[in-house]
Amino acid sequence: MTPTVTSHRTRPPAQPASLRARRLPWYAAPAIAVAALALSVVIVYGTGIGGPVLVIVLGAVLYLVGLFAAANAVEGRRSARNRTWSALIHSAFVLAVLPLASVVWTLVSKGTERLDGDFFNTSMNNIGARDPNGGAYHAIVGTLEQVGIATLITVPLGILCAIYIVEYGRGKFAFAIRFFVDVMTGIPSIVTGLFVLAFWVLIVSPWFNDGRPSFSGFAAALALAVLMLPTIVRSTEEMLRLVPAPLREGAYALGVPKWKTILRVVLPTALPGIVTGVMLAIARAAGETAPVLLVAGGGAAINFNPFENNQSSLALFVYQQAGEASKYSPARAWTAALTLVALVLILTIAAKLLARRNRLSR
Amino acid sequence: MGETPHRSADAGTGGTRVTQSHEWPAGASARVAEAPVSTRSPGGTGLGGGGALPRNRKFGAERAFRGLTMAAGTTVLVIIVAIAAFLIAKAIPALRANTASFWTFEGWFPNDNPPTFGIGALAFGTVLTAALALLMAVPVAMGIALFLSHYAPRRLGNALGFLIDLLAAVPSVVFGLWGRDYLIGPVSDLSVWLNKYFSWIPIFGGDGPYGNSILLGSLVLAIMILPIVTSLTREVFLQTPTANEEAAIALGATRWEMLRTAVLPYGRPGIIAAVMLGLGRALGETIALALTLGSTYAISFNVLESGGNTIAANIANRFAEANDTGRGALIASGLVLFAITLIVNIIARAIIYRRREFTESAA
Repeated sequence: MTPTVTSHRTRPPAQPASLRARRLPWYAAPAIAVAALALSVVIVYGTGIGGPVLVIVLGAVLYLVGLFAAANAVEGRRSARNRTWSALIHSAFVLAVLPLASVVWTLVSKGTERLDGDFFNTSMNNIGARDPNGGAYHAIVGTLEQVGIATLITVPLGILCAIYIVEYGRGKFAFAIRFFVDVMTGIPSIVTGLFVLAFWVLIVSPWFNDGRPSFSGFAAALALAVLMLPTIVRSTEEMLRLVPAPLREGAYALGVPKWKTILRVVLPTALPGIVTGVMLAIARAAGETAPVLLVAGGGAAINFNPFENNQSSLALFVYQQAGEASKYSPARAWTAALTLVALVLILTIAAKLLARRNRLSR
Repeated sequence: MGETPHRSADAGTGGTRVTQSHEWPAGASARVAEAPVSTRSPGGTGLGGGGALPRNRKFGAERAFRGLTMAAGTTVLVIIVAIAAFLIAKAIPALRANTASFWTFEGWFPNDNPPTFGIGALAFGTVLTAALALLMAVPVAMGIALFLSHYAPRRLGNALGFLIDLLAAVPSVVFGLWGRDYLIGPVSDLSVWLNKYFSWIPIFGGDGPYGNSILLGSLVLAIMILPIVTSLTREVFLQTPTANEEAAIALGATRWEMLRTAVLPYGRPGIIAAVMLGLGRALGETIALALTLGSTYAISFNVLESGGNTIAANIANRFAEANDTGRGALIASGLVLFAITLIVNIIARAIIYRRREFTESAA
């Protein structure tokens, strides 16, 4: 490739230039960009139809058109297409970074406003609309308990289910399970909330509660468990399939029964990958609002008992504070959101780092 | 025998559910490996009898363990059936009490006497916002994924890919809060501008007020599913065999032609899977939309005016005030949502399962 490359083509071998092909000079792309922007300014302010945002949008469109026309005239149609698509792909990246960066920036700048000891040590009990303090202690307790119980339920169940699919399952029945695990990953969280509402809160819980339905943290944990189960089954299944067959064969050759081979050889080998999957599932469950909203009730006071009375959770706390008509509630909502994101991200990053150290690479 | 794990290991993609690599039916590798255990001679009559294996007992640890795993597997089917059964059981009384048409009535008054509620506007809003969000998010997501996998320097691509993975884990309530507090300003300005110059297009018509509109809701939704779709498609694009890419370039293809002829066709099942997963998220998204939509009960294609509602957002908004019939009505609407997502998911899985064989035999 000659030195006449434009900025967005830095890897030489991607496009071997024909020896005699004519190419746009290096300054063509920036020149077109400046011209497009200038034209756009003239159009927008000349007709008075918009402001600086429109200038940039129109300028980008004009740049694409101009680039295509220039490259088409000099280098031919194929190269023109290549340049235009390359510019489009780069602009898609820029387009997406703006809102995502804005989310992160807002989260950090607004979230640190109330990030004090009070927030982590008090609940919303007896906090009225005019009180600036109040915190999320009860919500943090709720999140940890609910996600913990959900994990205790799902991890054994999910791993056993994955073992059945990979090691024992045959024929149509195993295929059906696999298929419905896939389908289950797509069930909306609010539907699992409604399911637990219909099943646990309205039908089962009256048995323990003098005939009255009762919300509880345990119900939320059940809903989260339904959400986590397919994720854990899928990731465990993938990991079990990666365990090399010679390991199993070695165990069989030594006369170890199959169940013991699975428990003592296959599972320990796949363990880091399984833990990664579990942590990602926990991270997702911790951020779910809808099921908790429907079945946990969301109280304002600290409640350590997940089996009785209302409980809140961080995600639910964010949602409730967002809907409250107090000038202090947005700050609480943002700080809770920041806490929640920090919790989820720590779990996710730990899971990814663990996955990197996994010896069973794909 | 040793071939089995290698093939599955090469084609596997881990927990991302993108291009599942089960060209073997479940348990195939175990079936081969199991052979020495199951073909056993009960008596052990060989020389010296040292090679004899224990007898296949009727009630042993092996059977117990197998039964345990099978029970766990069956739980999944039980849960799916139970979800449908309990939702139907709770929905029927409310549907019986409903005095308006459940499918066409545009309104939600299940707490009144007599109760009237209809799913039509909600189902329409659900599909409309999800479709708009996908329309906005998928092209951009594929652009970013291609940029990260084939344009950016490898190191930068990996670092940004990691960041995108992290953003995919951010809970939806955070996006909802952001949309409600910050995006609403720019979107209102945009709505006013679009309405001023493009009101001749019906979807941009109306006279306001602007703000909590379908446009805002679907934009928030699009931004929310963007990282998920991006991280899935990026992994698909990264898996294109280098040989295919090099072959395309060796034949004189430009970079775009290489992407179009080698990378995109190879990743098509994975792209479909990613889009369907994004669609599933968008259809079922609750909180982000409950915070940003205007909660009205009318079927309208106007995306600028305050309004719009979805099944999930409606459940979140109306749950607190619901009485017995109200809860039943919300559960009935949840049943419709469950049916919609189930159909979308089954279609998507069927496409992927069929496509996979084709792609792998071609690869």
